[in-house]
Amino acid sequence: MSKVKLTINGVSIEVEKGTTILEAAKSLDIGIPTLCYVDLKEFNVKNKVGSCRICVVEVDGRNNLAPSCCTPCEEGMVVITNSARVLHARRTILQLLLSDHPKECLTCKKSGECELQDLAAEYRVHEIRYEGEESSYPADRANKSIYRDPNKCIMCRRCETACNDMQKVGILSGTERGFGAVVDTAAHSKLADTYCTFCGQCVSVCPTGALTSITYNQEVIEALADPSKVVIAQTAPAVRVAIGESFAEEPGTISTGKMVAALKKLNFDYVFDTDFAADLTIMEEANEMLDRIKNGGKLPILTSCCPAWVKLLEHQFPEMVNIPSSAKSPQQMFGAVAKHYWAKKMGIDPHNVVVVSVMPCLAKKYESAREEMKSDGVPDVDYVMSTRELAVLLKESGINMSNLKEQEYDNPLGESTGAAVIFGAAGGVLEAALRTAYEWFTGKELAEVNFEAVRGIDGIKSAEIDLDGTTVKVAQASGLGNARELLNKIRKGEEAYHAIEIMACPGGCINGGGQPFIHGDTSIIKKRQEALYNIDSNEEIRKSHENPMIKKLYKEWLDKPGSHEAHKYLHTEYFERGI
Amino acid sequence: MIEQYRIVLRNCGVIDPDSLDDYIKQYGYQALGKTLAEMTPADVVAEIEGAGLRGRGGGGFPTGFKWKIAAQQKSDTKFVVCNADEGDPGAFMDRSVIEGDPHSIIEAMAIAGYAIGASMGYVYVRAEYPLAIERLNRAIDKAKEKGLLGDNILGSDFSFDLEIKFGAGAFVCGEETSLIHSIEGYRGEPTTKPPFPAVEGLFGKPTIVNNVETFANVPAIILKGKDWFRSIGTESSPGTKVFALAGKINNTGLIEVPMGTTINQIIFEIGGGIPNGKKAKAIQTGGPSGGCIPVKYFDTAIDYESLKALESMMGSGGMIVLDEDTCIVDTAKFYLDFTVDESCGKCTPCRIGNKRLLELLEKVTNGTADENTLNDIQSLSQVIKDTSLCGLGQTSPNPVLSTLKFFPEEYKEHIVDKKCSAFVCKELYQYVINDSCVGCTLCSKKCPVSCIEGEVKGVHIIVQDDCIKCGKCYEVCKFNSVDLVPGGLSNV
Ligand SMILES: Cc1cc2nc3c(=O)[nH]c(=O)nc-3n(C[C@H](O)[C@H](O)[C@H](O)COP(=O)(O)O)c2cc1C
Ligand code: SF4
Ligand code: SF4
Ligand code: SF4
Ligand code: SF4
Ligand code: SF4
Ligand code: SF4
Repeated sequence: MSKVKLTINGVSIEVEKGTTILEAAKSLDIGIPTLCYVDLKEFNVKNKVGSCRICVVEVDGRNNLAPSCCTPCEEGMVVITNSARVLHARRTILQLLLSDHPKECLTCKKSGECELQDLAAEYRVHEIRYEGEESSYPADRANKSIYRDPNKCIMCRRCETACNDMQKVGILSGTERGFGAVVDTAAHSKLADTYCTFCGQCVSVCPTGALTSITYNQEVIEALADPSKVVIAQTAPAVRVAIGESFAEEPGTISTGKMVAALKKLNFDYVFDTDFAADLTIMEEANEMLDRIKNGGKLPILTSCCPAWVKLLEHQFPEMVNIPSSAKSPQQMFGAVAKHYWAKKMGIDPHNVVVVSVMPCLAKKYESAREEMKSDGVPDVDYVMSTRELAVLLKESGINMSNLKEQEYDNPLGESTGAAVIFGAAGGVLEAALRTAYEWFTGKELAEVNFEAVRGIDGIKSAEIDLDGTTVKVAQASGLGNARELLNKIRKGEEAYHAIEIMACPGGCINGGGQPFIHGDTSIIKKRQEALYNIDSNEEIRKSHENPMIKKLYKEWLDKPGSHEAHKYLHTEYFERGI
Repeated sequence: MIEQYRIVLRNCGVIDPDSLDDYIKQYGYQALGKTLAEMTPADVVAEIEGAGLRGRGGGGFPTGFKWKIAAQQKSDTKFVVCNADEGDPGAFMDRSVIEGDPHSIIEAMAIAGYAIGASMGYVYVRAEYPLAIERLNRAIDKAKEKGLLGDNILGSDFSFDLEIKFGAGAFVCGEETSLIHSIEGYRGEPTTKPPFPAVEGLFGKPTIVNNVETFANVPAIILKGKDWFRSIGTESSPGTKVFALAGKINNTGLIEVPMGTTINQIIFEIGGGIPNGKKAKAIQTGGPSGGCIPVKYFDTAIDYESLKALESMMGSGGMIVLDEDTCIVDTAKFYLDFTVDESCGKCTPCRIGNKRLLELLEKVTNGTADENTLNDIQSLSQVIKDTSLCGLGQTSPNPVLSTLKFFPEEYKEHIVDKKCSAFVCKELYQYVINDSCVGCTLCSKKCPVSCIEGEVKGVHIIVQDDCIKCGKCYEVCKFNSVDLVPGGLSNV
């Protein structure tokens, strides 16, 4: 790679050809504001559309200003990033954006985490020089997961890049022209009437309040205050390694004990762990997998714990709807167990049990409302909160999680293994399933429980696993774009596997649509991932089938994996969906 | 007396556009034959570069240089694209060339394909040009039949095919990157350059995009040589330019003149002057990207540089004559209004900035502007030019800036005196009935909004708040009792 030399604000620098002015300036610690630009490095996805124009700089010999995010450095370039002309242009751009923006920061869901708001504060925009007509678009909250308010959209196109280039679902794009241009669904449909999977990756990247989640915090507060209800919490694996970020902890901090303590402070009657249900999922899924391998069933078996991925399959791979495992996701299994096993044991009417999930995910909200996700007429899960929303509720309640003393999950549904916690990272479900499947299939003890080949946040990974002479081919895809690629290969018969894990979010649930915002810093995802594997490696029990509480559950209630009772409460079905 | 000089329009109206034989009789396809038989691709590029041909689509970019860059790219697939989107309001030069002489474009594109190493070309035509599309289609079929397109053209190793693509109907689709995305099946939206199309264009391959008129010059240059072409026009802008002459001028229509012809020659010698004994005020060139050049510069010899120096642009060749009855602020507003509608909406300065700029101009024309308005207009215009993503936004304030520069007193008159001398800005004048009214009631009967009150034989009065300034009363009154008076706002 050849190099080019240039000066930025009088400082000389040599960079690789192809480096943008923005990147070069960053390496000199020269700040240039950006809004539309985002570089999801670990996932090889960039939004480099140059649409907001806030990052403009002056380049000698050029008539107009150059957008630094998409202008490559050239030999001998002389760049000024902070001239009066540049600052004036940036301030004007900001004023223009704000002139067509509802100034509702006080009541906006994104307030405090909004990149537009931050920039307006940084530039001290206390007057909007050009005022005029403001756009007015209908908001869409006709679903359980995502709230879309196009009035707050700044046309940065990040969501479009996330949905179209990364997830390859293709729901959001620029529509209309001129002043009326806005990012919307085709034909201006509501999200619920599209293929949208509710993966929430668009929400993760949106810099403003145009895409946020639909929250049930108020309903949860009311349930907690209702003396007739027994309110129990379950927390997903990925939450514990991310929620600390909302309390200014370093990314990758493990906050399990503090999070449990915080939930207890909120007056949850019981704080349980979705990890327990993850172990249970492995029992059912590994059993189904081995059954299909041994008895010539449909292969590959696909994991079913990610509802966004399941929805994609139902819309776009209709001929494959019968190949995922019929096991419900851990969140739903947890609800069914809590209401139909634990409640009975405790002598509580299941109707009076309120199950609140804390999830890294927005699709889980949609999943919990699926018609099939009920047993005996009672919904498995009542409310789903995202990691971010739990942080909001804690702060609202005056609870500083960082300062709390760690506490333990309640029992019995708080007991879990290392195999369960890695569900939060891409490859984790597969690894957990392999740990159990190996031992069941071979009847031997698994010496090395770490399956490194399926770890990491690469989009598609595959491995051949030797089950004592029988080779099992497995693959893992995270990110719906990668999932589509993998499925297309299988559809065309180019590749064949025994088992495939798919997670809608690149890197898995640690990068879920409900996690604290990373503002483009994908190194945070890696830190969360490391934290999960650290928890796993420090666990004494690292195989799901060795979880004593799970054994007890089968003994007392379900008999064995795949039993009639298990099917009734822990399994589900999938449907072909049109639009 | 200046004469028109026809290179681009050489066959228009002369030959039957549906007849390949007619075209061939006019030396048609001889340039392609010469190219394939006698010239290397590098020779072709050198000839076009030496001729100094510049892009007629607006920017005036040196065509040979563009071809050279594309020719230098190492790629087994390259494309030639003809831009026939012609979105400027009032422009019809490109349509006329395709309708009147479709084979000249086909021939030129094949030559370009040979020069850069492309074997596929696309003509991107506005869907609103059905006749042009029809004739071009027929011409392509005939050329294929005769082995002038397709595999091994004229028995050579060179193969080239052409396909027509229909424009998405948006002005911005004429911008080359946007056009490319539109052909690819995406939303017609510009993307930043670099990468330039000549390096990374259609489907990521090296692509030259040239205007219809640019191409129409190519066969003539190949046949008659670069020196002949250079002998026409000016040093920096050789050749001719086609203009669509319109507005307040006696002879409207297409003209083709050598570069360097003066505005005066065009308006008075070719265009026959201004009708109705009115005086000329300015000419508008360059459409929504250009500006208004006042009378005092009418002796300017037209080329790319001279028009730019006058805050205007060559553009695609629209030339609209404005007479003394024109309101210059209203003219600027008209063009900006067009841009606001036609912006793709991608980037902030163009999407929101132009809308705000239009609102500022509306303040000027409706009498609500104040002493800050002109400052705001200047400052915002500068930022829009400085920061917009594509040529549309980068040039959209030009009609405003040029009129502000050459007609500042007219803006001030609107803002300070609340007066529009041309009686164009409705908020700034009134119809009033004077004392000579005999009370014939005709005006009150004709008023579409019934806002004229008065008894029979009594003096009538117009209720100004309700008047829509349609001028009906002024037209029908037989006693000259309705006056048009400036400065309506102060009376409201
Ligand atoms: C908003 C906008 C609209 C344009 N429309 C046209 C058009 O209709 N026809 C055209 O030939 N060029 C148009 N252009 C210029 C093209 O981008 C491009 O420069 C041209 O087609 C190159 O051909 P040329 O070098 O032969 O002029 C437009 C540019 C902009 C910014
Ligand atoms: S989106 Fe941001 S700037 Fe807009 S109202 Fe919400 S917090 Fe404020
Ligand atoms: S939730 Fe996922 S699928 Fe739906 S619009 Fe957003 S990114 Fe696309
Ligand atoms: S919805 Fe959000 S991410 Fe999408 S373009 Fe608008 S502001 Fe950007
Ligand atoms: S990967 Fe995890 S966070 Fe993302 S949609 Fe699926 S379940 Fe939710
Ligand atoms: S300048 Fe206007 S037309 Fe060009 S990209 Fe920006 S919004 Fe679109
Ligand atoms: S100008 Fe038209 S609307 Fe006004 S008073 Fe005359 S006729 Fe009526």
